Amino acid sequence: MAISKEINDVEEACKGVRDSMTLMLGGFGLCGIPENCIEELVRLGVKDVTCISNNAGVDNFGLGKLLKKSQIRKMISSYVGENEEFERQMLSGELEVDLIPQGSLAERCRAGGAGIPAFYTPAGYGTEVAEGKEVREFNGKPHILEAALTADFAFVKAWKGDSSGNLIYKATSRNFNPMMAMAGKITVAEVEELVPLGSLDPNEIHTPGIFVQRIFQGKSYEKRIEQRTVSQNK
Amino acid sequence: MLDKNGIARRIAQEVQNGQYVNLGIGIPTLVANHIPEGLDVEFQSENGILGMGPFPIEGSEDADLINAGKQTITALPGAVFFDSATSFAMIRGQHVQLTVLGAMEVSSNGDIANWKIPGKMVKGMGGAMDLVASAENIVVAMMHTNRAGESKLLPKCSLPLTGVGCVKRVVTNLAVLDIKDGAFHLVERAPGVTVEEIVNATDGELILPDLVPEMSL
Repeated sequence: MAISKEINDVEEACKGVRDSMTLMLGGFGLCGIPENCIEELVRLGVKDVTCISNNAGVDNFGLGKLLKKSQIRKMISSYVGENEEFERQMLSGELEVDLIPQGSLAERCRAGGAGIPAFYTPAGYGTEVAEGKEVREFNGKPHILEAALTADFAFVKAWKGDSSGNLIYKATSRNFNPMMAMAGKITVAEVEELVPLGSLDPNEIHTPGIFVQRIFQGKSYEKRIEQRTVSQNK
Repeated sequence: MLDKNGIARRIAQEVQNGQYVNLGIGIPTLVANHIPEGLDVEFQSENGILGMGPFPIEGSEDADLINAGKQTITALPGAVFFDSATSFAMIRGQHVQLTVLGAMEVSSNGDIANWKIPGKMVKGMGGAMDLVASAENIVVAMMHTNRAGESKLLPKCSLPLTGVGCVKRVVTNLAVLDIKDGAFHLVERAPGVTVEEIVNATDGELILPDLVPEMSL
């Protein structure tokens, strides 16, 4: 019998999240973000958390909601435009920010989940990002040492999942979710559709359930579009 | 002098048959509109798609299908989706052959700055540092001067760097320039632009060939 990770609701999903914890949140912009869990973190009012997420949401959606309530002490991201409140808190010093190259962020999460403590990458050599980091040459090219990232909780969003925690993502909503699922001590997956065990094709699963500790079907997804761009109908 | 679409049209000439190409946000995104018919090219967007197509027809936008600029897009036949670690394996592992990106400053030794203005603008580097550190072929698309009329082609970048010694070619509204041996080399001038105008708008060392052809667009 498969191990069940299924839980009832978002309250159960976020049980155990406390002040000052480190949280990973999947998504790229507002695409593929764990909307239900973010709402719950706002409701719980946890404070001084460190959030690892590629972006920081927009002013009134996504991680922007946590920022507005000043629940975040530190943000680890690659790109934080599109959010005035974020910029204000950062420039005033209320919010600590660690900006890191997007590929390094993805690989640091992957490494964290894969048991690799650190790796060398050429990205960021000769820039502010390299300050204080070990430099080593490989094949005549300088690289910097980047450490793995892990989190107390990782919140990811998938399209479909089963009670074993196996996940399938849709289109570009996959982004950081698979690596963050690997790197969470407790990984919570919220899915649009929780399907019966055995109905996902094992050939097509993106995240194996071993990386997921809790799974539930989310509600009322808004799935906001940041830049609605269209072609003219021919 | 070229407008943004003109710069994109000139850069489209750099794209070769069979290439995987990553286009940055802004002017670089426009390059996709100018690829000649019959050229087999696939566009990679670092948020996780290869085989990116044009914007969707109104009404068919999908919030789960966006590019790195967070714009709604489509996927062409043969397209594939992947996670961010795989995406940057394509970039860092040099499987993507051409990178086009914007810049705030470029220096004559190929340094680029495009992610931060201290105390003013802090948006982050996104994927730019990974792209410039690894791509074999980087073309910068930008205006030759900033809004204050100051040159963006400098002896040394004044803003925090995105990458060192990585830019090979710059296409601006005024000219095409190559970077080698610590200097800008003028390759082509934009229609109606004189060599003198380019010299006046370039603060970094500029090498002039005997003949500077006008771009053919």
